[in-house]
Amino acid sequence: MSHDKAAKPLFERAIVRRAIGESFRKLDPRHMIRNPVMFCVEVGSAFTTILFIHAAATGNGDASPGFILAISLWLWFTVLFANFAEAMAEGRGKAQADSLRKARKEVMATRLAEAKRDAAREQVPSSQLKLGDIVLVEAGQAIPTDGDVIEGAASVDESAITGESAPVIRESGGDRSAVTGGTRVLSDWILVRISAEPGKTFLDRMIGMVEGAKRQKTPNEIALDILLAGLTIVFLLVTVTLRPFSTFAVEQQGAGAPVTLTVLVALLVCLIPTTIGGLLSAIGIAGMDRMIQANVLATSGRAVEAAGDVDVLLLDKTGTITHGNRQATAFLPARGVTEAELAKAATLSSLADETPEGKSIVALGKSKHGAAIEVPEGATFIAFSAHTRMSGIDVGGRSIRKGASDTITRHVGGALPPEVRTAVDDVAKRGATPLVVSEGERVLGVVRLEDIVKAGIRERFEELRAMGIRTVMITGDNPLTAAAIAAEAGVDDFLAEATPEAKLAKIREYQAGGHLVAMTGDGTNDAPALAQADVAVAMNTGTQAAKEAGNMVDLDSNPTKLIDVVTVGKQMLITRGALTTFSVANDVSKYFAIIPAAFAGTYPALSALDVMHLHSPTSAVLSAVIFNALIIVALIPLALRGIKVRAAPAAQTLRRNLLVFGLGGLVLPFPFIKLIDVALAGLHLVA
Amino acid sequence: MTGVGIAQLVAFAVVLVALAIPLGGYMARVYQGEARWSQRVLGPIERGLYRLCRVRPQEDMPWTRYATSILWFSLFSALAVYGLERLQASLPLNPAGFDGVPPNVAFNTAISFTSNTNWQAYGGETTMSHLTQMAALAVQNFLSAAVGMAVLVALIRGFTRRHAPGIGNFWVDLTRTTLYILLPLSIVFALFLVATGIPQTFDHQAAIATLERAADGHPQGLALGPVASQIAIKMLGTNGGGYYNINSAHPFENPTALSNFVQTVSILLIAVALCFTFGRMVKARRQGVVILIAMAVIFVPITLVTTWAEQQGNVTLVDTGVDQVASATQGGGNMEGKETRFGAAASALWATSTTAASNGSVNAMHDSFTPLGGLGPMWLIQLGEVIFGGVGCGLYGMLLFAIVAVFLAGLMVGRTPEFLGKKIEAFEMKMATVGILMPSVCILIGTAIAVATTAGSSTIANPGPHGFSEILYAFSSASGNNGSAFGGITVSGDFYTIALGVCMWLARFIPMIAVLAIAGSLASKKTVPASSGTLPTDGPLFVFLLVGVVILVGALTFLPALGLGPIVEHLSI
Repeated sequence: MSHDKAAKPLFERAIVRRAIGESFRKLDPRHMIRNPVMFCVEVGSAFTTILFIHAAATGNGDASPGFILAISLWLWFTVLFANFAEAMAEGRGKAQADSLRKARKEVMATRLAEAKRDAAREQVPSSQLKLGDIVLVEAGQAIPTDGDVIEGAASVDESAITGESAPVIRESGGDRSAVTGGTRVLSDWILVRISAEPGKTFLDRMIGMVEGAKRQKTPNEIALDILLAGLTIVFLLVTVTLRPFSTFAVEQQGAGAPVTLTVLVALLVCLIPTTIGGLLSAIGIAGMDRMIQANVLATSGRAVEAAGDVDVLLLDKTGTITHGNRQATAFLPARGVTEAELAKAATLSSLADETPEGKSIVALGKSKHGAAIEVPEGATFIAFSAHTRMSGIDVGGRSIRKGASDTITRHVGGALPPEVRTAVDDVAKRGATPLVVSEGERVLGVVRLEDIVKAGIRERFEELRAMGIRTVMITGDNPLTAAAIAAEAGVDDFLAEATPEAKLAKIREYQAGGHLVAMTGDGTNDAPALAQADVAVAMNTGTQAAKEAGNMVDLDSNPTKLIDVVTVGKQMLITRGALTTFSVANDVSKYFAIIPAAFAGTYPALSALDVMHLHSPTSAVLSAVIFNALIIVALIPLALRGIKVRAAPAAQTLRRNLLVFGLGGLVLPFPFIKLIDVALAGLHLVA
Repeated sequence: MTGVGIAQLVAFAVVLVALAIPLGGYMARVYQGEARWSQRVLGPIERGLYRLCRVRPQEDMPWTRYATSILWFSLFSALAVYGLERLQASLPLNPAGFDGVPPNVAFNTAISFTSNTNWQAYGGETTMSHLTQMAALAVQNFLSAAVGMAVLVALIRGFTRRHAPGIGNFWVDLTRTTLYILLPLSIVFALFLVATGIPQTFDHQAAIATLERAADGHPQGLALGPVASQIAIKMLGTNGGGYYNINSAHPFENPTALSNFVQTVSILLIAVALCFTFGRMVKARRQGVVILIAMAVIFVPITLVTTWAEQQGNVTLVDTGVDQVASATQGGGNMEGKETRFGAAASALWATSTTAASNGSVNAMHDSFTPLGGLGPMWLIQLGEVIFGGVGCGLYGMLLFAIVAVFLAGLMVGRTPEFLGKKIEAFEMKMATVGILMPSVCILIGTAIAVATTAGSSTIANPGPHGFSEILYAFSSASGNNGSAFGGITVSGDFYTIALGVCMWLARFIPMIAVLAIAGSLASKKTVPASSGTLPTDGPLFVFLLVGVVILVGALTFLPALGLGPIVEHLSI
């Protein structure tokens, strides 16, 4: 799977070629019936084809054979264009499914009789492994199917699933124990307990998803289908009743001829919402596809759509809002000590400190004060131990220590100087961690360690707020620290000293208030909260329990992606809504083209409605039909890419979309129908 | 348009809103059981009625039970009206000695009055006995109106309740509407009408010696009866079924300019007031006002065009040198089919009011309006009778459009749509679509059958597009439960009495069931709190959207039909 989603062109030649073939295969009425609007067009196409055959054979048909044929062909094109849009959307997923299938090939697995490496073993094909079986996977072997590591640790290449080439560590216990079938062990060995039945593995689900095989209509799609079916019924009635109305008018007026069946079918197809009807499933598939491009695997389209409705995001502080490791940001010296002196001492004491905190002290000392990074001769490093709870260095008679304030207080055997005490409190209040540095019995000062808030996250939250989404930070920190970070990151609310129970309670509390909650999680203890949340994104690195409780899995294990998930959900809805509005607004122009044309013989006065001054009645009807077909093709890129979601309040978004797609849909067809009409007349294609 | 025409419209709007605000508040209190003063006075009667009918007022009905109660009640009502009509010859209070009403007309009338349509395939003063007028027709004027208002209140409860199994008690809503709202209003209004000169008597006629008849000693009989009491509820309950055949054009039904003005106000009074009731009951007063504004945004331009078209006069008379210009001595305009005491402007305002609301009373012949003047009223009916509409049903119809508008808007902003905190999902959309489509289905199919058959097309008086308009209007009126007649078409034959009867019944009760289903579904849902991601439904943007949806649906459905009727007629003259 590729990560360079931006680079992927919309119309790849191979996909287009396959889609063209597919659009003919999809003409099968059993497939078409699923889409009532386009089914209606197909029936109309078939009907006009019969009218054409009848007219050509008898020479006394519904209208001139040439005209019927032209209408009939363009109606078939309308159906094909809609099928093409759907096939294009599916095609992108199918290509991915093919590469996934390669990873799913049958392998021989080493099944053990019991959970011991040296237990009796037998070779079985991976497809025959059952739930609870224990297999041994050694370096170079593929993991036969999904499971949990129960013994051992290994580096695993998961690029087949995630596209990430760097190997990951999988080990028993903890939150890194889940392995996926189709991935490969690179080094060491692991014992895996199988956790998926054959055919129901993660890879199977993923293939099903990208192929759209198990695609169910989402609730909003169903509601929209009802609206579209309603509109189709109305327009069916309008056109069906127009025939007797027209016959009556001809009788009364004694002039002209009743409107032909060909024109009625043309009018019907122009009026029913073919633009949205033709692109509806493409929009849905493309939405799922965008999720997959973002390396998020949703268990259902319903989940993606629900993401668009989410109005509360629970975000883990670590990794999502902050970088997750505390870093030194300031040296706060005691009285009589220069900042450089403190920096030097702190740097010296941290030279051998491999923790991120230690490294950051060295980095800060070097950048701010050019403190030495050379390890002095004869130095003894004192590593951090649970017993002393300090680390430091002994060199040349100097004994430098750093540690938490209470530890150092005890170490120096007395109270901290008042200004150091104040500095310690200030740092703690700001949500940072104070580290006190001492040399011998003298306290040198404080190093401030801060959890750095990610750049740009504040703006991101502001955007979300504008869209009406609340952000809630979840952290294990104490309330004081949590409040400080929350203020810095600009979240709306926070949950400090969070336990799994507290998380669950918070979600329930929001849901009781009518909110829809999204969260991310990876640990087994996150599972209840994930199951409770409306949209739950589990990290792929997480445990099997977490993955099963969530309704999406993020293959990149990037918690920030929750925000993208929400955007894709919204995008799907907006694209549908905008195209529906556009489709219905188009109808006005088509009336102005077809009605005067249909009744020109009976009521010449109605030509006052022919505001486009079209060439002839035949040309008017044909131009409207051609426009109706071409607009589907023109909008395929929009349907596949989705409409850009802007961070703006609902009213503003609506005003914008109404203007663009409502007013645009009302006005746009007039010049284009006229243009087609001029072209048809200019090329002498119509009478 | 003349200055008088504009002044009339302004005065109309001011008086209407000034009366509707307090009435709306009062109705909200009635439905919420907070109208203490009237409960003290009328409460004993209410409780007595419950005991008498063995109604348990505490029972909270699920929507299905609410709906079946309405259907049984309406069916029984229709049978009662039918029975009274057929048997009136042998019943008391029949001073003119009318025969029983013929079966087809009785059938049509029974449905017409129980469906709040009041389409009249008969002439009242020459067909119906006093008893039929009072016990059958006037009673249904109250009850059919009350049914519409009850359904609206049930829908409002759907919006306000959370996780609730029921939507209220139909019998309580019906009783309270009639007893606390319609009866008191009608009594006051009837007394006012008597003061303007409308008869209220059991005499069946006044003998007048006319010049023509004086010679042979035969005085002319002017039909009388309990007119005022019936007119009051006919106007207030958006019924519109006149005591006299020519409805409010008759001097005994609408004698003066003052009675005309007040009756015009009374057509829209309850429908407008219910918007305020709605706002109060859902605890979002702006929401009610916004819906009222949306209605006005459609109503006012159509009224202006209709008034302008009628005041322009008849184009075909210009060549004959007829003076149609308004002056100190005459109102001017197209006076064919209009009463000289009202003139073009007051007739046009009445015409748009009575068709906007599904009232259907007339003070002029719509058939004689100019093509453009007739187009406005006809289209107001075809919009689904949601521009004010019938009492209760107009607003619940508008709320169906609001649901569709909110759904579209929700998609366009990327959220599952919400209206008043309730999520609009597939079930609501299904029901809203059924409710909105039903009248259009009846109009189009009915008209198509009529023009395709001899039975339907042989009774029209005018050939050409005008004849088509007459048929289209008849089916629109019946299917919109309006009841006004374009005229120029004989509708007492079997075809029209039966076809229109079927349309009236289907277009009344199918949308009503759909609305109750929505009410039930909404009541069982939780309420979603608003955020900046929620589309505000109480601002100008929503007005625009709602108006757009109503106009677009109305235009797209009826443009071809209207094109073959009034539009081509207008373009041809």
